[in-house]
Amino acid sequence: MPAPFDLTGTLGTTGTYLVYILIGAGFGAALEQAGFGRSTKLAAQFYFKDFAMFKVMFSAVITAMVLVFGASAIGLLDYRLVYVNETHLWPTIIGGFILGVGFLVGGLCPGTSLVGASTLKIDAMFFVGGVTIGIFVFGETVPLYMDFWNESYYGRLTLPDWLGIPTGVVVLMIVLVALFLFWGAERIDHKVNGADPKEAPRLRYAAAGGIVLLALVVLAIGQPGTDDYWDVIAADQQARLDDRQVQIHPGELLELMDNNRINLIMLDVRPERDFNEFHLRAARHVPPTRADVEAIIPDLEHLDPNTVIVAMSNDENLATMAWKTLMANRIINSYILEGGVNEWISIFGEDAQPRPVKYPEQPNFVFAAALGDRCVASDPDADAFQLEFVPKVEIKVAAGPAGGGCG
Amino acid sequence: MEIKPIGPSVRKGTAPNPRSFPNPYAVGMALGVVLFLAVFITGGGLGASGALQNVWAWFERLIAPYHVDTNIYLVKYAGGEASPLSETIVALGIGVVIGGFISGLFGRRVYTEIVKGPAISPKTRLLFAVIGGILVGYGARFARGCTSSQGLSGSALLSVGSWAFMMAFFAGAFAVSPFVKKLWND
Repeated sequence: MPAPFDLTGTLGTTGTYLVYILIGAGFGAALEQAGFGRSTKLAAQFYFKDFAMFKVMFSAVITAMVLVFGASAIGLLDYRLVYVNETHLWPTIIGGFILGVGFLVGGLCPGTSLVGASTLKIDAMFFVGGVTIGIFVFGETVPLYMDFWNESYYGRLTLPDWLGIPTGVVVLMIVLVALFLFWGAERIDHKVNGADPKEAPRLRYAAAGGIVLLALVVLAIGQPGTDDYWDVIAADQQARLDDRQVQIHPGELLELMDNNRINLIMLDVRPERDFNEFHLRAARHVPPTRADVEAIIPDLEHLDPNTVIVAMSNDENLATMAWKTLMANRIINSYILEGGVNEWISIFGEDAQPRPVKYPEQPNFVFAAALGDRCVASDPDADAFQLEFVPKVEIKVAAGPAGGGCG
Repeated sequence: MEIKPIGPSVRKGTAPNPRSFPNPYAVGMALGVVLFLAVFITGGGLGASGALQNVWAWFERLIAPYHVDTNIYLVKYAGGEASPLSETIVALGIGVVIGGFISGLFGRRVYTEIVKGPAISPKTRLLFAVIGGILVGYGARFARGCTSSQGLSGSALLSVGSWAFMMAFFAGAFAVSPFVKKLWND
């Protein structure tokens, strides 16, 4: 399985804690080497006297970015399992602005002040004290404006999702913009401070080239899609499919329909004509292509954990396609209606007339009119049928990204 | 290895002789690799203010447990049986201090000093350090992350909110820069 790893599962809580200490140490060391323990060096950025803050920050961002999305592109890292800071737009902008003001008044930020304090800088220690007071004040006052603080929530919104362009393009654009800004920073440094760009190491051109190359590779490979995700889980899930552990009996679906402790979502992946002729009550129509199923994945993520999804088509073929797409995209409580809508009607549809079976996925029954869900069989009375079946639905909780960062 | 400049030696009159900082691009790329490793291994980025938040919530519970349990924000951190000090973000913060210290030793930069602009007194610097710290602590929690988690990690992971944070952060710092010029310049 690709990274990230289940740390507490393999190392236990103490081992995990130690791993985080090690990562933190790397972080602290890098900040210290950057000179970020010194408030004057950070503040100098905002008077164009020293560009180290800008250079370090954006070199770090683009380096980490190409590595993360490079690892994701080749299947080493599952980006879906990575915690991405959720977007609460206005609180973030206001908080960021206040932080920016405080940053230049105090000369440090939380991480750099810890580093400054660790190297015995007295001002950094006072700053840490101030941060703690600020945290205290926030904790005591946020209940007063909790509604605003939780507003403008967009969840895990990423730039590629928002802009609607491929991740690789976004990555390459950010790299190019950063390099352009580095060039601009060196120009300003030259004009304002007389720094000679020729004295800076030539190696930085090679580094820049390397990062652009990596970004191009990320763009060329592309980020994984349903096929790649299915390949990862195929060994387990194909076996479940072949053992018919995911095809639920119509009787079980009928029970689920009447079970108000389950959030049941029925996806009807048949051509629209068949759906209009007859469908189960409350079933949602999804056109029978993989792209259409993929398009509704965002609606199915982040639902309550008691959600069960049942895909159905006339037989099982299209429903199986939909099920694979759902499973590959981590909608793990997904099932298939056994025998499809045809089997359903043969059990519950008293007034439907059979028609000759000529090809797979055809509707095997004819109705007097296109009744949609205004049919008795659309929502049969469970008490009227005595059906025997082996229940198969088991509710599982998908492993999701753990809270990260400052959360 | 020389660690002369550490605290006490300075008081004896030994002048600190810190090494110069390496090339910022090189350090930035190293920081990027650390960030990548954090994401790759743990599935989450870096952070700093969360550590102070957890430590503070733990402390506040020692003093006023009922108050923490009834505060809709603090209860998440230290309510009931929660153990805020066992959170991994605290481990990250402990690591930052250790890593900063070790790196400082190698750079001969561990010595007591009040880092300040040339035009202000040490007392003024410390006063503004506290004021700035308060704003930063408040702003970081308001923004749900500081320059480490929103700024570095969120941006590298392409979060829209984090890029908004970055712009707001630079806007705030540049907006106030003319008014605090004296703190940092001649």
